[in-house]
Amino acid sequence: MNVRGVWALYVLEMRRAWRTLWQSIVAPVITTMLYFVVFGSAIGSRIEDIGGVDYGAFIVPGLMMLSLLTQSISNASFAIYFPKFTGTVYEMLSAPMSPIELVIGYVGAAATKSIILGLIILATATFFVDVRIEHPLAMIAFLVLTAVTFSLFGFIIGIWADGFEQLSFIPMLIVTPLTFLGGAFYSINMLPELWRTISLFNPVVYLVSGFRWSFYGEGDVSIGLSLGITGLFLLLCLGTVIWIFRTGYRLKE
Amino acid sequence: MAARVRLANMVGTAVRMLEPGPRSVQRAAMQPIISISNLCKTYDGGVQALDNVSLDIAPGEIFALLGPNGAGKTTLISAVCGIVTPTSGMMMAGGHDVLRDYKRARKMIGLVPQEISTDTFETVWATVNFSRGLFGKPRDTAYIEQLLKDLSLWDKRDAKIMELSGGMKRRVMIAKALSHEPEILFLDEPTAGVDVELRRNMWNLVRGLRERGVTIILTTHYIEEAEEMADRVGVIRKGEIIVVEETAAIMRKLGKRQLKLTLSEPMETVPDALAEWELELADEGHCLIYTFDANDESTGIPSLLKTMSDHGIGFADLDTSKSSLEDIFVGLVHEEPAAEQEPTA
Repeated sequence: MNVRGVWALYVLEMRRAWRTLWQSIVAPVITTMLYFVVFGSAIGSRIEDIGGVDYGAFIVPGLMMLSLLTQSISNASFAIYFPKFTGTVYEMLSAPMSPIELVIGYVGAAATKSIILGLIILATATFFVDVRIEHPLAMIAFLVLTAVTFSLFGFIIGIWADGFEQLSFIPMLIVTPLTFLGGAFYSINMLPELWRTISLFNPVVYLVSGFRWSFYGEGDVSIGLSLGITGLFLLLCLGTVIWIFRTGYRLKE
Repeated sequence: MAARVRLANMVGTAVRMLEPGPRSVQRAAMQPIISISNLCKTYDGGVQALDNVSLDIAPGEIFALLGPNGAGKTTLISAVCGIVTPTSGMMMAGGHDVLRDYKRARKMIGLVPQEISTDTFETVWATVNFSRGLFGKPRDTAYIEQLLKDLSLWDKRDAKIMELSGGMKRRVMIAKALSHEPEILFLDEPTAGVDVELRRNMWNLVRGLRERGVTIILTTHYIEEAEEMADRVGVIRKGEIIVVEETAAIMRKLGKRQLKLTLSEPMETVPDALAEWELELADEGHCLIYTFDANDESTGIPSLLKTMSDHGIGFADLDTSKSSLEDIFVGLVHEEPAAEQEPTA
C-alpha cells in the first residue's frame, strides 16, 4: 500500500478545498440558511408538526442530505475531471498507485469535505431550530456512508464527463430534483397513495428516511431498507469504478 | 542569466545515490534497464501506433528516439510509463514487469511529458513535494531544496505555477519528475519551445544526470540534440523501429561525404571520361558533386582530380562536407520499405 501516495493526493485535494473556501463551505452554508429562513420560518410556521417533530427541525436531515449529495458529487467529479482537463492526470497514471489507492485519495478527500460541510450545516441549524439526535452513531454512520457513496458516484461522473456541461448535468438535472422529490422537505406519507408509491422508486427517499430516523427515531421506510438500498448503491458505484480502472475507460488510451 | 548559469552548472543532486554510469563499451554486457519486446498498440480508431517494437536500453545511457510527428514516439513512452495500455507485448523496467509489477517499475521512472501540464494554482514547492509523496518517498526538504536550487527555481518556490514563464514551467516539470530520485528518466521533447541558451543548459543537466547513472530516454525533433547528447539513437517510423545504433556508428555507417568542385567553366553534361565517379552536375553546370564513402580504402578523389586535369577540366574551388544526423534521419524516414514500393497487383 502506497500510504504516502494516498496521503499526498488527499492533502492536495483538501488544499484545493481550502483555496476555494467560499465555493466549498461558505456558499452551501449560506444557501442552507436561506432554506431555514424560507421553509423553516416563513412557510414552516404555517405547517403543523410532522410526527411530533417541529417542521423546522424536521427538514434539518433533508437539508443536510441535499448538501451532502450535491457537494459529494461536485467535489469528487471536479477532483478527477480537472486533472483530465489540464493534463496533469498523467502524473496519477504514471505513479506507483493502484486504482484503489487513487480512489481512496480522491474519494476520501471529497467525502471528508462533504462530511465537514454536513456538520457545519448541522451546527448552523441549531441556531434556528431545536435539533435532537436520537441515534448519534447511526447519524454519523449514515453521514459517512452517504458521503462516500456519492463521492464515488461523483468520481464516476468526473471520469465520464468530457466537458464542463456534462460535469454539472447529472447533479443539476437528476440529483437535485430527486432530492427535492425524495422527502427532504416533507414526509412521503403526506402524499396521495399513487405518488407515495412512485416516490418509493426514488433512491434518495431511502437516504433521507434513514438519516431522519437517526435524528428522530422515525422514517418513511424502515432503517434496514434504507441501509440496504444505500449499501447497494455503494456496491454499484464501487463495481463501476473497478471496471473503469480495469478497462482504463476515459482515463487511458 | 545567473539562474541559467546555475542550471548549466547543474550536475544533479537530482539523483545522488547512484554510481557513475557505464560507457558504451560496457553496454552490450549489461542487463538492460528497459527491455521492450514485441510491443504493439492499436488505438480504438484502428490506428496502429506501435508495430512489434522491440528495444533494449542499457543502464546509464542516453537514448534518443527520433521520428516524425505521429511516428509513435510518445505512445512508446506512454506505454512504458503506464499512461497508454498496450495491445500486446512485454515491457520490463529494472527487471520488473511494467504491467504486472507496475508499482516497483514505476518507482524507478520519472516522466517529463511533452505538454506542460501542471496544477497552475499550486506553488512550486507544494507541487514538487506532492510529486515526491505520490511516488511513495518520505518527505525530504533538503533534497527538494537542492533540486529547486539546481534548477534555478528556489527563488520561485512560493510562486504559483500560473505566474511562471514557459521555460520555468518546463523546469518545474523536470523537478517534479526528479523529485522521487528516479533511475530512469523519460524526456518527451524536453526542449520544445525553449530558447537556444536554455536548451544548451538542459543538455548539461541531462549530461549531469547521466554522470550519476540515470538512464535517459528522450524524444526530440532537434537532430542536433540527439547528435550532441545521445549514446545511441533509435529511429521510429509508422510505429516501427527501423534503426537502433550508436550515434557515432550511425554517422559512420550511413553518413556520406561529399566533394563539391566549383568549375572554372560551366558544362552542360558530365563528360563520359568522368562517368565512373557518378558525378552530379549542380548550380546550372557550375558545380560537380562527388559523393563518396569516407570509410572506403580508396575515396577515388586523387584519380578524379587527375582525370579532370588530363581532360583540361579546371576548377576554381573545392569543398568537402559530411552528412549530418539530420540528413541521415530524413533519408531514413522518407525511405519506403521495399514492399511498399512494389506495385500492387
